[in-house]
Amino acid sequence: MEEPALLTIRGLRIEGRSGDEWHPIVKGMDLTLRRGEVLGLIGESGAGKSTLGLAAMGFARDGCRISGGTIDFDGIDLRSAPESRRRGLRGKRIAYVAQSAAASFNPAHKLIDQYCESPVVHGVMPRDRAEADAVELYRRMRLPNPEEIGFRYPHQVSGGQLQRAMTAMAMACRPDLIIFDEPTTALDVTTQIEVLAAIRDIVRQFGTAAIYITHDLAVVAQMADRIKVLLRGEEVEEAETRGMLAAPREEYTRSLWAVRSFARAERPPATGTPVVSVRDVTAGYGAVDVLTDVSFDIHAGRTVAVVGESGSGKSTTARVITGLLPPRKGEVLFNGKPLPSGFKARSRDELRQCQMIYQMADTALNPKLRLRELIGRPAEMYLGLKGKALETRIRDLLALIELEPGKFIDRLPGELSGGQKQRIGIARALAAEPQLIICDEVTSALDQIVQEGILKLLDRLQVELSLAYMFITHDLATVKAIADEVVVMQHGVVVERGRKAALFADPKEDYTKLLLSSVPEMDPDWLNRLLAERSGSGPQA
Amino acid sequence: MNDIWRMIGQRLLLGVLTLFIISVVIFGATELLPGDLARELLGQSATEETLAAMREQLGLNDPAPLRYWNWLTGVLQGDFGMSMATKKPISELVGVRLGNTLFLAFYAAALAVPVSLLLGVLAALWRNSIFDRASNAMALTAISFPEFFVAYILILWLAQSGLFPSMVRITGATSMGELLYMAFLPALTLTLVVTAHMMRMTRAAIINLLASPYIEMARLKGMSPVRVVLRHAVPNALAPIVNVVALNLAYLITGVVVVEVVFVYPGLGQLMIDAVSNRDIAVVQAIALIFAAAYVLLNLIADVLSTITNPRLMHRR
Repeated sequence: MEEPALLTIRGLRIEGRSGDEWHPIVKGMDLTLRRGEVLGLIGESGAGKSTLGLAAMGFARDGCRISGGTIDFDGIDLRSAPESRRRGLRGKRIAYVAQSAAASFNPAHKLIDQYCESPVVHGVMPRDRAEADAVELYRRMRLPNPEEIGFRYPHQVSGGQLQRAMTAMAMACRPDLIIFDEPTTALDVTTQIEVLAAIRDIVRQFGTAAIYITHDLAVVAQMADRIKVLLRGEEVEEAETRGMLAAPREEYTRSLWAVRSFARAERPPATGTPVVSVRDVTAGYGAVDVLTDVSFDIHAGRTVAVVGESGSGKSTTARVITGLLPPRKGEVLFNGKPLPSGFKARSRDELRQCQMIYQMADTALNPKLRLRELIGRPAEMYLGLKGKALETRIRDLLALIELEPGKFIDRLPGELSGGQKQRIGIARALAAEPQLIICDEVTSALDQIVQEGILKLLDRLQVELSLAYMFITHDLATVKAIADEVVVMQHGVVVERGRKAALFADPKEDYTKLLLSSVPEMDPDWLNRLLAERSGSGPQA
Repeated sequence: MNDIWRMIGQRLLLGVLTLFIISVVIFGATELLPGDLARELLGQSATEETLAAMREQLGLNDPAPLRYWNWLTGVLQGDFGMSMATKKPISELVGVRLGNTLFLAFYAAALAVPVSLLLGVLAALWRNSIFDRASNAMALTAISFPEFFVAYILILWLAQSGLFPSMVRITGATSMGELLYMAFLPALTLTLVVTAHMMRMTRAAIINLLASPYIEMARLKGMSPVRVVLRHAVPNALAPIVNVVALNLAYLITGVVVVEVVFVYPGLGQLMIDAVSNRDIAVVQAIALIFAAAYVLLNLIADVLSTITNPRLMHRR
C-alpha cells in the first residue's frame, strides 16, 4: 500500500506576459513527489524549471500566471486556496532556497533575524527557541562559528556560507518540502562540494522532500532520487536517477549527456617568442597585493586556461595584461617587447592586439547599438575601414561566427539569444584583428549545449586565425575541452602550471588535486566516495 | 562606530569650507548690487560732503578685501554688524525672525514628512491601484501650482470663512496654541508644496526594491505584503528617502519667502525682501549665509543618517 503523494501537479500550464500577449512557459506539466523524496529538475535556461519550482509553492512571479491544471499539496488545492492560506504554507511547510544567497538575503538585517522571521511569524516557535534552533542548524550545516555567525550581516559572510545559512533558514520550520533553485550554481567547485554535502545530509536527516533544480547533470546525479528532464516547458522524460544515467531514453537527454564529452586534444608545445609573456607580476588594489610574482607565457595558436576559485586573481591578471591595472612589479611582454604598463600609455596598435570577451554578454553589449555598429566600431577605429570595405568586413565577421549576415546585421542585442550575444562578443573582439583574446568566463552564463557551440567556434577560429587565447574559468570541464596549458591560481599565486594532459593526469600540488577532485562526476556515488576519501575513513556502509 | 565620527568630522570641515566659499560669493554678489547705501540713508537731498562723510563713517571707502575681512571676522564672533536701515544689530534682528522661520519650517515638516512617507509607503504597497493614482495625481497637482496660488486658494477656502486667520501677528505674549492656529495656513501651504516630492521618492525607492531577489524571498517565506514592504523594502530604501526629506527641509527654511510675504509672516524671508529693497546689504549677507548653513547642515545630517541605516557601511567585514 503506497502512501499518498505529498505534491501532485497535473496538467499545469503557466503563461508569461510580454507586452500585451501571454505566451506559454510551462505547457501541461505533471509532477508527483512523495514524502522524503528528492526530485531533480534539469534542463536549459528557458525550460521552465524555476517557474515550475515556484508553482509548487502556488507562486507565480510578477508577469506570470498559472493558467491551467491543478497543484495539490498534501490535500490542499494551491490554486483555489485563498492567498492567505498559501501564505501560511510558504516558509512553514514549503520552503525555498534561491540561486544567489548573496542577493536573496536582505542586506539590512542580520542572518539570525531573517532566520527567525518564518518560525515567529508563522507561530511555530517563539523567538528565543528559534534562535537556539538556528545555532543548532548552523552547526549541522557545518558553518564555522555557529553560535556567532547568525549575528552577522549578509555582506560579512562568504557566498558558500550564505548558501548554507539559507538552507538552514529554509529548514527553520521543518518544512515538508524544500525547493532548491540552483543553489550551488554561483559557487566555486570546492565550495560547491561542502554545500552539496550539507544540503544532502540535512534533507536526509529530517526526511524532507525536495525539488532540486539545476542545469548541471553531475550535481543532480548526486542529489536526486529521480530526475525529470525539461525542454521548453515540456517534460522530455522522467526516471529514477541511476536508470536515467545508465540509459537515457530520449535523444534530447542523450544530447545533454554528450556535451560533457566534448574535448579536443592538446596541440603540440609551441616554440618561438610567445605572444604574451607575463613576468613576475605583482599587482593589487590599495595596500593589498592581489597578485604575487605571477609568470606565464601564451603562444600563438595556443590556449592557456587560468583556473582558480573566485578571488584567486584570475581576472586581476587579465586587467594587468590589458593595462587596466598597472602592476607594482614585473612586466608584460608582447612578442618579446615590453608593453607600457597602463593602457593610456599604449599605442592604438598595442591596444588592438589584445581584445577581451566577457562573461555577461548581456551587459557587455550596448543594448542601444545594432550589431552593425557593435562589430563595426572596432574595425573602423583600429583598422580605419569605411563604407563598402567596412560593410564587407562586418558581413564577413558575422559569417565567421555562424550568424547569417543578411538576417542579423541590423538587429539589436535584445533580439538575440544568450549564445548569439556571446558570439557577437567574439565577433567584436575579432573585428580588431588581435593576436591575443582574453576570454573571461565566457561560457559560465550559458547552457551546456550552447557552451559547446561557443567552445567549438572559438576552437575553429583559433586554428584559422592562429589566435592566442587566455581562458579564464572556474569550470574544469571547459578547461578539459579547450586548453593546451593550464595555470592554476590560488590567493594570487600561481600554484601549478603545465600541459593539460599531464596536469589532469598527475597533479603535483595539493590544491590542484583538491580542485580536480571537486569537479562533480556523473556517477551518483561520486560525492559519497569523495567525502569518504577526504575524511579518510574509507567507503561508508 | 569610529568611522562614523571620522566621517562626521570630515563632513563638518568640508561644510565649513563650503560656507567660507559661499561667504566669498555672497560678499562678491552684494558688491555687484547697484545703489549707494549712503544715498539711500541720507535721501536725495544730501550734499556731496555729507555723503562722503557718511561713506567714510560706514567704511564704504575701504578696499573690498578689507571690508570682507572685517565682515567675516565679525560673523565668526557672532556679530553680523549693524543693520544700516534700522540701526539695530543684525544678530538681534535676525535672531527673532530665524526663530519664527524655523518654527514654521518645523511645523510644516511635522505635517509634511509623516504624511508623505505614509502616502509613499501606501502607494507602493497598493501600486497601480486607485489610491496610488489618486494620491499621485493630487500631490502632482499641488506641486504644479505656484506657492502663492496655493496660498491664495487656501485663504479663499479656509480664511474667508473665518476658520483660520490669513495673517500672522506674533507678539511676545502669543501662546503656543495661538501660534499653531495662526501659522496653520502657511504651514499647510508649504506642506502641499513639498509633499509630492517626498511621497513620490518614497514610492519610487520602495518599488525599485520590490523586484529584488530578497523581496521575492520574503514573499516565499510567506510574509504578508505589509510586512514585506515595511520590514524588507523600507530599511533598504531609507538612504534616498532621507536625502529627499533633508532637501525638502532645507527648502522649508530657505524657500518660504513667497509664503511669508503672502501671509505677512514675520520670518527671515520677509526680512530678506525688505533688506533687499532697502539696500540693507549687511542683512542680506547675513540671511544668505544662514540659508547656506541650513543647507549644509541638513545635508550633513542626511548623509550621516543614510550611512547609519546602511549595515554595509556600519559593519564592515
